Amino acid sequence: MTKIVTENLHLHYGENHALRGINLNILTNKITALIGPSGCGKSTYLKTLNRMNDNVPNVKISGQVLLDSEDIYGGTVDVTKLRKKVGMVFQSPNPFPMSIYDNAAYGLRIHGVKKRLLIDEIVERSLRGAAIWDEVKDRLKTPALALSGGQQQRLCIARTLAVSPEVILMDEPTSALDPISTMKIEELMSELTKQYTVVIVTHNMQQAARISDYTAFFLLGEMIEYDETNRIFAAPKNPRTENYITGRFG
Amino acid sequence: MTARNAFDAELDALNLELVKMGGMIEEAIENSVAAFKNQDNALAQLVADGDAKVDDMEKRIETRCLSLIIRQQPVAKDLRLISAALKVITDMERIGDNAEDIARLSMAITGEHIFDVVKHIPQMSECALKMVHDAVTAFVNHDLTLAKTIIDTDDVVDNLFCDVKAEISEVLKRGMDIHNNTVDFLMIAKYLERIADHAVNICEWAEFSQTGKHKDKQIL
Amino acid sequence: MNRAMSGITGKRKRPADALLYLVIGLFTAAVFAMTMYFAGYIFVKGCAGITFALLTTAPNPIIRTIGILPAIINTAYIILLTLVFAVPIGVGGAVYINEYANKRKLIRVIEFTTETLSGIPSIIFGVFGYVFFCVFLNLKVSLIAGALTLTIMVLPTIIRTAQEALKAVPLSYREGAAGLGASKWYMIRTILLPNASSGIITAVILSVGRIVGESAALLLVAGGSAMYLPKGSFFEQIKNSGSTLAVELYRYAYSRGENEVGFAIAALLLIIVIGLNLSVKLIGKRLKGGAK
Repeated sequence: MTKIVTENLHLHYGENHALRGINLNILTNKITALIGPSGCGKSTYLKTLNRMNDNVPNVKISGQVLLDSEDIYGGTVDVTKLRKKVGMVFQSPNPFPMSIYDNAAYGLRIHGVKKRLLIDEIVERSLRGAAIWDEVKDRLKTPALALSGGQQQRLCIARTLAVSPEVILMDEPTSALDPISTMKIEELMSELTKQYTVVIVTHNMQQAARISDYTAFFLLGEMIEYDETNRIFAAPKNPRTENYITGRFG
Repeated sequence: MTARNAFDAELDALNLELVKMGGMIEEAIENSVAAFKNQDNALAQLVADGDAKVDDMEKRIETRCLSLIIRQQPVAKDLRLISAALKVITDMERIGDNAEDIARLSMAITGEHIFDVVKHIPQMSECALKMVHDAVTAFVNHDLTLAKTIIDTDDVVDNLFCDVKAEISEVLKRGMDIHNNTVDFLMIAKYLERIADHAVNICEWAEFSQTGKHKDKQIL
Repeated sequence: MNRAMSGITGKRKRPADALLYLVIGLFTAAVFAMTMYFAGYIFVKGCAGITFALLTTAPNPIIRTIGILPAIINTAYIILLTLVFAVPIGVGGAVYINEYANKRKLIRVIEFTTETLSGIPSIIFGVFGYVFFCVFLNLKVSLIAGALTLTIMVLPTIIRTAQEALKAVPLSYREGAAGLGASKWYMIRTILLPNASSGIITAVILSVGRIVGESAALLLVAGGSAMYLPKGSFFEQIKNSGSTLAVELYRYAYSRGENEVGFAIAALLLIIVIGLNLSVKLIGKRLKGGAK
């Protein structure tokens, strides 16, 4: 089943043609990895999926991004609601300088949830969902910034889960973490696909190979090849994909 | 441009060792058939003893491949090449074993020859030898055309084996007055046929390492 | 390079270096000595004059006692009023410049203006305040006119400091909030302002220092006497004229030759300013500690 359909998506930053006609389908409850060298447009593409590029000066977007067949760039779309459906986890862990509890509850409060008991319940559920509950349940009121990097990132995932998104975008979520923390997050991701559709940008090709079901290779603003991850890493069709993943350039 | 000179050098070294191992088994086949033809027990013994070296070589290449997998975590073409190499050396080792078997059989054979009757064994051995040589060449040179040719050649060897079989049953039928090694001749022919089969296997892996398809089926 | 130079052992001070260290050391000592002498002098001369009666009474010409309570109250009123005007405008302006304004030119004009304002001698503000607030807006010479004039004077500090504090809030927080669907205003309220609060408090305290220390401008717009305790409410009192501690200091020391009272007020002002500076440091440390 297809969750997000991208059709002929172009994006310009001023003179810079950053995305050149991307056509890509993101499948429901699968992990799709976006790989490619720096500046290839993979992060830019990721950000178009929840309109995080909107505030960039001089940005111009054409083409379509359909979430459940609804154009997210349509005139009547409420960006707040879109981002509730399509959550995002960033490159370096960025919990807010408040308590663990308030971090997890932040999104709920944005969307107007006020009942204390309900918030308590959802906070616990999302912290469990992000596999961090056992580590923090006794210190929910302590500052989130006192957590380790890996815990912070899982808290950020919990924060995203709290608003019950359907799609989770991850922009190099483990690039600032040590191998053990990375492993925990990767473990978590495969758990997440039971409920969520995950799109992850990663510089680590082994990571893409380990965790994703589908992989798309980006180069110079174009989507070069998209296929099952096994296929991409065993026998890519495009020689540019082959050259990139075997380290022959980049 | 590329940041993988060390990796490429290692892949070259792997290829070189495959060529070397190919040379070893070719020599073993050649010598075993020669020993059989000429009733040269000393040469046969040499082949039998030499098989240990082939086995060592297999282990060495295996280690090399595994360490490449650990350290380079190869993908795509590299992954296919290294995993195919792991399969190919098994076939090559079996070819070595078959050559040894031929050598040992030839030592047991006494008395006069029946080459006059079983004419096709020399031809078979030549054909199998060429197939092995070409198969290894095709693998290390990524030569798909050559690999295809060899796969087709297998029929020739199979037909030759049938000829040999017919000849031997003719011998047995006629109850010709020969020694009791007739069955061994059939065994030798069978080993040569096996060698040709292994050569075909090597070619199939050569194809996989280039296209990702093994016997026309996409493995991944 | 010879061997001796490439090694890491051996100590050889260059004479020029040594001389420079000496000179810098002397200058530092001189600055320190002057400050200590200055503060010490004022404390020694002034502390004796700070009596309970001085702090808690109004001056009484009949029995010839001097008290500065009216001036203390005036000072407190002016501080309060000025902050009520300046903090919302200053913080709001900083938020606007930092978060909303996207015309580079406009931002540069605003920044240039605020910087220029901070460099203008205070008497010019006094003259402007008198003409604009006292006369044109018909506020008369009053505490409120004084507070408005001071507002203009402290705005640059508040805007600049608040702006720096806002800039220091990491982009990743803004992204994180936006990624969860927070509107800009929600993000500013829940993330930006709480995080910039230490900077904003610093700005407020620095402004208080400026208000406490200002005399020339206030003499013109708020008046030069503090004889009586306020009779009406806060809102009535601010329409009246009245002088602050710094202005009183000028009057006692210069016009009336009451040097002892002058020193007492000076010591009091010094204590207030030192206290304010210490609290800036303390708050900064506490907020930083809380964040880590």
